[in-house]
Amino acid sequence: MATIKLQDLWKHYGEVQAVRGINLDIAHNEFVALVGPSGCGKTTTLRMIAGLEDITGGMVQIGDRVVNEVPPKDRDIAMVFQNYALYPHMSVYQNMSFGLRIRKTSKEEIDRRVQNAADILNIGELLERRPKQLSGGQRQRVAMGRAIVRDPVVFLFDEPLSNLDAKLRVQMRTEIKKIHQRVQTTVVYVTHDQIEAMTLADRIVVMNNGVIEQVGTPDEMYSNPRTHFVASFIGSPSMNFTPCNLTKTAGGLAVRLNDDISLPVPEERAARYASYADKEMIFGIRPEHVTERRQHANGAQQDIDANVNVLEPMGIDTMVFFSLGPTEICARAEPSAVSNVGESMGFTVNMDKMHLIDPSTDAVV
Amino acid sequence: MSSNEMTAMTTSSGELLAENKVPFWRLRKAFANYVALIPYLAFALFPFYIIFITSLKSKQEINNLGESPFWATGIAVENFTYLATNTSFFEHWMVNTLIVTTVSTIISVTVGILAAYALARLKFRGVELFGVAVFITYLVPQTLLFLPLIDVVNAIDDYIPIRDTYWSLILTYPTFLIPFVTWLLMGYFRTIPVEVEECAYLDGCSRLGALFRVVLPMAIPGIICAILFSYTLSWNEFLYSLVFIQDEHAKTLSVGVFTELIRGDIYFWGSLMAACLLGTLPIVILYGFLMDYYTSGLTQGAIK
Ligand SMILES: Nc1ncnc2c1ncn2[C@@H]1O[C@H](COP(=O)(O)OP(=O)(O)OP(=O)(O)O)[C@@H](O)[C@H]1O
Ligand SMILES: [Mg+2]
Repeated sequence: MATIKLQDLWKHYGEVQAVRGINLDIAHNEFVALVGPSGCGKTTTLRMIAGLEDITGGMVQIGDRVVNEVPPKDRDIAMVFQNYALYPHMSVYQNMSFGLRIRKTSKEEIDRRVQNAADILNIGELLERRPKQLSGGQRQRVAMGRAIVRDPVVFLFDEPLSNLDAKLRVQMRTEIKKIHQRVQTTVVYVTHDQIEAMTLADRIVVMNNGVIEQVGTPDEMYSNPRTHFVASFIGSPSMNFTPCNLTKTAGGLAVRLNDDISLPVPEERAARYASYADKEMIFGIRPEHVTERRQHANGAQQDIDANVNVLEPMGIDTMVFFSLGPTEICARAEPSAVSNVGESMGFTVNMDKMHLIDPSTDAVV
Repeated sequence: MSSNEMTAMTTSSGELLAENKVPFWRLRKAFANYVALIPYLAFALFPFYIIFITSLKSKQEINNLGESPFWATGIAVENFTYLATNTSFFEHWMVNTLIVTTVSTIISVTVGILAAYALARLKFRGVELFGVAVFITYLVPQTLLFLPLIDVVNAIDDYIPIRDTYWSLILTYPTFLIPFVTWLLMGYFRTIPVEVEECAYLDGCSRLGALFRVVLPMAIPGIICAILFSYTLSWNEFLYSLVFIQDEHAKTLSVGVFTELIRGDIYFWGSLMAACLLGTLPIVILYGFLMDYYTSGLTQGAIK
């Protein structure tokens, strides 16, 4: 059983606190994605799990074994590095079989596993080549192959796709997903690309500044972010935020954006927001919940009018930017229903999907 | 593909290849490159040329001031036979030099690899200080170091007789070779991506295993470079050899040639030059063999 347990994990580099007290439980065969902005401590966390970095404080447990003091070679972990780190003096076959040879696996078994991995990754014809004779995408596959043949208890990926072009990245993303379905193993996958995290992971861990902001399934992260940071990080294009005042009205509460626009809060949320009445808050709404004017299904949908600033056609939808008070809002509209730049356009805001953030704590309430 | 098709292809693929003529600017550029090399070649090769020509001249020809010193009228082998019959050139000096050079190179490169790896990769207190210390040791001139070393050799000689044998050189050459090799390899190890080594750990290697199976193979150009330089340095070494060895049979090439072929103010020019020529050959051969490795980019393709 390859569960991973991180308990109050700290890492200091001299004055720099790279990781500041992380707690995380990863289940057997679970695919967990670590996301966060550059420098938030993702790589550091991964390297501590692998044993490549000393642990300043806390505990790392793999299976039932605390591995703080276990050297990397005895942890049975395979890692795909951000820059692949292939052995340049070995052929692809030797690269992939290196770990097995060190562990004294029999020749037939090595051959079988390498062939199998080469089939999965479609690199059968490359086995005799040296890394320098491969393209970036092929090197990436070899790096994965080297991890797969080992059949380790834990897979660690450190932004394995970040060096590939956009098309190959999407292709390899699907490939990784398939591989995880075929080769059931616990996976920790570091990326700063939230789409990768959403599509691949069973659970997403959002990190910021060395701490975990939120852990949850991709769905939870998308619809119920718990902090301002998570709300802004997950989803593409990212959520709109604008300062507002939560006012009491005859019918309940309303989000007052400026003198002209006040959007009523759906009734079922009134109780939840009651204690924040009359406070300065941040109103958050995703672009896909601000659309061209639509027929109202219920009272939670509100109309606003604004002048179009910028249009960004995306094919299936067009992103429409308009000003709302001090901020610019991005809406996602049907291309046929979009007005020209500078002209007025009617929008519908789906208040069922709104988020309210308390600026004093940055928490989503 | 038949030659007909080839012609068809070249003509159809345009004016560029039609005539297969080298453009004039290319010729001019190539010419300029060679012209630029001439002064270098003159300085670097002229001494060798003189050595070579002189070694082929007979005694009469060398002493005949009417002859041009830059050209030989015939090929004489007497200088070489003199070396073989009247000196210990082949059976002692050459052999001694080979032994001393090889053994001290092996010792220095081995110790240097381990030291350089430790200084480049391990994290321990004072690691930077060590690195600087290595550099400073390397800077202390040999002409100062040989004085205390005489004392050391004498002290050891009280227990094991090493004075007047090549063992005194095998022991003392590493004192200047090791700092040099360490310094050179330290820089080289730092260019090897750490991740590749870490990958070896995750693949099940111990630190020593990773060093031998992954780091050293990747460092081959650097190691070759270290071998070449320490081989050359000890091959050409003069001072220690002169100081520590008086016995004619225990001498190395550089000192043997100098002390036995120059007697007072009599210079045996012909055999001196023949000795120089033969003395450089092993180094030239070594370079010839190792140069390919030295220049090949072995770490290519490791990352990205
Ligand atoms: N060896 C080191 N010495 C000192 N500080 C370090 C070291 N390695 C990382 N850091 C610091 O620790 C913090 C976390 O680094 P880490 O590499 O984990 O970030 P990351 O989340 O992987 O970022 P990225 O997305 O850019 O790869 C950064 O502020 C970084 O500067
Ligand atoms: Mg990183």
